[in-house]
Amino acid sequence: MSALLDVEDLVVHHGQLCAVDDVSLHVAEGEVLAVVGANGAGKSTLLRTIAGLHRPSAGVVHFAGEDVSRLGAHERVRRGISLVPEGRRLFRSLTLEENLLVGAHKALTGSFDIPAVYEIFPWMRERRRASVAQFSGGEQQAVAIGRALVANPRVLMLDEVSLGLAPIVIERIYEVIPSIVAQGVAVLLVEQDVSQGLKVAHRVHCLLEGRTSLEGRPDELSARDIEEAYFGADLHHSQPGGPS
Amino acid sequence: MSATLVPDVGRTVVRANYHPATLVGGSVVVAAFFSAAPWILPAAWVSVLNNFFLLLILATMWNLLAGYAGMVSIGQQGFIGLGSYALLYLALKGMNPFAAIPLAALVAGVIAVPVTFLLFRLRGGYFSVATWVVADSAMLVILSISYLGGGTGRPMPGLTSLSPTEYNHDSYLATWLTALVVSVGTYLLLRSRLGLVLASMRDSETAARSSGAKVTSTRRWIFVIAAMGCGAAGAVLAISQPFVQPGNAFNINWLAEMLFATIIGGIGTVEGPIIGTIVYFVLYQTLQGLGAWYLIIFGALAVAVALWQPGGVWGLVRDKTRFELLPVGYRVREK
Amino acid sequence: MTWTNVIVQGILFGGFYALFACGLSLLFGVMRIINLAHGDIAVVAGYTAVFLVPHLHIAEVWGFVVVVPIFALVGYVLQRTLLQAALDRSPLTTLLVTFGLSVLIENLLLEIYTANGQSVNIGSLIGNSWQVNSVIYVSWFQLVVLIVAVAVLGVLQVYLSKTNTGRLIRAVSDDREAAQICGANYRHIFGIAAAIAVATVALAGISYGILTELTPTTGGSQVLLYAFEAVVIGGIGSLWGTLIGGILLGVAQQIGAHYNPAYQVLAGHVLFLAILALRPQGLFGKKEALT
Repeated sequence: MSALLDVEDLVVHHGQLCAVDDVSLHVAEGEVLAVVGANGAGKSTLLRTIAGLHRPSAGVVHFAGEDVSRLGAHERVRRGISLVPEGRRLFRSLTLEENLLVGAHKALTGSFDIPAVYEIFPWMRERRRASVAQFSGGEQQAVAIGRALVANPRVLMLDEVSLGLAPIVIERIYEVIPSIVAQGVAVLLVEQDVSQGLKVAHRVHCLLEGRTSLEGRPDELSARDIEEAYFGADLHHSQPGGPS
Repeated sequence: MSATLVPDVGRTVVRANYHPATLVGGSVVVAAFFSAAPWILPAAWVSVLNNFFLLLILATMWNLLAGYAGMVSIGQQGFIGLGSYALLYLALKGMNPFAAIPLAALVAGVIAVPVTFLLFRLRGGYFSVATWVVADSAMLVILSISYLGGGTGRPMPGLTSLSPTEYNHDSYLATWLTALVVSVGTYLLLRSRLGLVLASMRDSETAARSSGAKVTSTRRWIFVIAAMGCGAAGAVLAISQPFVQPGNAFNINWLAEMLFATIIGGIGTVEGPIIGTIVYFVLYQTLQGLGAWYLIIFGALAVAVALWQPGGVWGLVRDKTRFELLPVGYRVREK
Repeated sequence: MTWTNVIVQGILFGGFYALFACGLSLLFGVMRIINLAHGDIAVVAGYTAVFLVPHLHIAEVWGFVVVVPIFALVGYVLQRTLLQAALDRSPLTTLLVTFGLSVLIENLLLEIYTANGQSVNIGSLIGNSWQVNSVIYVSWFQLVVLIVAVAVLGVLQVYLSKTNTGRLIRAVSDDREAAQICGANYRHIFGIAAAIAVATVALAGISYGILTELTPTTGGSQVLLYAFEAVVIGGIGSLWGTLIGGILLGVAQQIGAHYNPAYQVLAGHVLFLAILALRPQGLFGKKEALT
């Protein structure tokens, strides 16, 4: 099958440490893939490498049939790859609207523009001149998603959008994903919170210590499969201290 | 101490990859040779060695500041000038210039203490430029004191009783002994507890702070020690000139030379300043008579080294051979 | 009345210092680095005006129209090559490399043009002044420089807050990586910021060369130090603070010079050190900007 995003045999190092070890995955248009895994499993590194913020030691990233592995992060945005980074990373001295304008400054043509984001998050319209530094965590997260959306990405990557947010706020954030997918946008999301990922995803990809430990459709996978893939298959009979 | 961290009995923890007695023995031979230099080397060589040791003191101090404590001072010429003028003042008051060298260094150190309280309010590049403001202020204050000769300067008194040969020998020995004290002192300092704190600060200042290391007071000590070292250099400079003038004592070229020598030799290594000073003198002797070109070439070399070989010459040697001439840390050796 | 004149002359000098400082302040805001060759670049611009412009058959007073755009380009190229390479290594490398650059420039100027002072000649225009009363006179040229400084700061302020590129410059200085994933090439943005910084300091260097003499060491011991003092006095990170800082520095220097010409520069240093002791964040700066 010809996917929109094709990641093949990706290896990423942080200095000596191998953070992502031989991971392959693919996402098709209009598909939601959830990458789950424990803290330190290499999920964020994977997304950041696809976005172009890390250089892989091996492997390739194909996007819409083109090898983008050597492109800088800003060039990948022009191809249609957008990342909502972990920790929101808003421009704190800019207003809400200015954050969105920066997000849109190299936008592809498409259905998402700033008014469209205000449609999705109506509260933004009247606070567009407010500085984002005073926003709550949930509001900041919404702005971060809006900032990525206005670039009109073909694949939207969401890194731990639920982190540090109240359940009700998380729910509201996740509510908007179907409407994004309906426009044909592929979504690649990373979650530590497995149940949240399973709810929206068409497929799940589990990482354990940088390696793929499981992949499949949520309805095909048992809770036990996922638990083992998340914590390690030898969970119940391994020695303390772990492998290596 | 760190032996407990290495549970495998097949390994030992050592400083050097040669016997410690070799270090002591080698140092004694080298020290004896340079102490005897005025009697066994031609006068022209002794004069070059005099300048060599002067720059070695400066480079060692700048390396301690920037390479070990992360303080990129561009105002060390201020302490050189203060050392020179402190010595001039003491000599004018009748003290023997040679005996007054430690006192002149102390004056520079004492002035540095309040200075740190002001400068440490700034970080990074702002700290750097502020050190220059302090140096410039020191020079302007000295310029306005007519007793110290104002802008034209004054000859160093107290040296006329010496014959030319005695003067040459004594001023060389003063520089050499100062360099010896500064080098050995710095080496021992880096092997001490303070050196350990410096190493931890270099790896991560936040981690060093949170594990209880007194980062600010360590910095303050290092800044004061470097001021004293540069003050001592200024004092021996005043003797070897023997004329004290603001344009020379506070010259920013001193800073350029100590900084370039450290970078080229290898910033953050004990051996770096020595190597860099040797490179400097090779260049200086080769390009004699070409005006400021030696400094232009030396500076271009330093910029290139900073960009493409940040470990300097010694870093290159060490990476290739894993050899350390003057080890300050420990290493694990397989038995 | 004499005191009024001292203050007036100080304010006029403040225009120069603000112009020296605004590029230094901008680059620090965007990249968190200090370019130690900042002042030397100003001197090179002044020398360019002295030695290049007479060959161009244009009125000398318009020399800056040629030289300033050249230096904007120089700033961009310098940033994309040497400075970016240093920045990629570490903040320490940036300081070492820009210091090295400063020494190189000063000694090259010394070798090529000797230590003699050079002045940018604009003919009789420099002598024009406006006599307010028997003791106060205002040099037209200095007044123009002060107005230009205010205009440059004002335009820069509007540029940063209202234009697309200005917004990107602010975004990059907030979070370089986040700007990248919004499609901004931060190296290019850094280049633009450096182009602005170098162009403004080039303008300052030429103006200073018109007012007084430039020597190979003017850049370090005067332009860089005064620019730096203006920034710290006004408060790091505040453009209008920089203008006030420059003016206060100018006034302090004129007060010092009033007692004894030898105290002119020292008085400025003393004000700077006093601010450092009493209000290290500067008059209009925020405390966080210090760390």
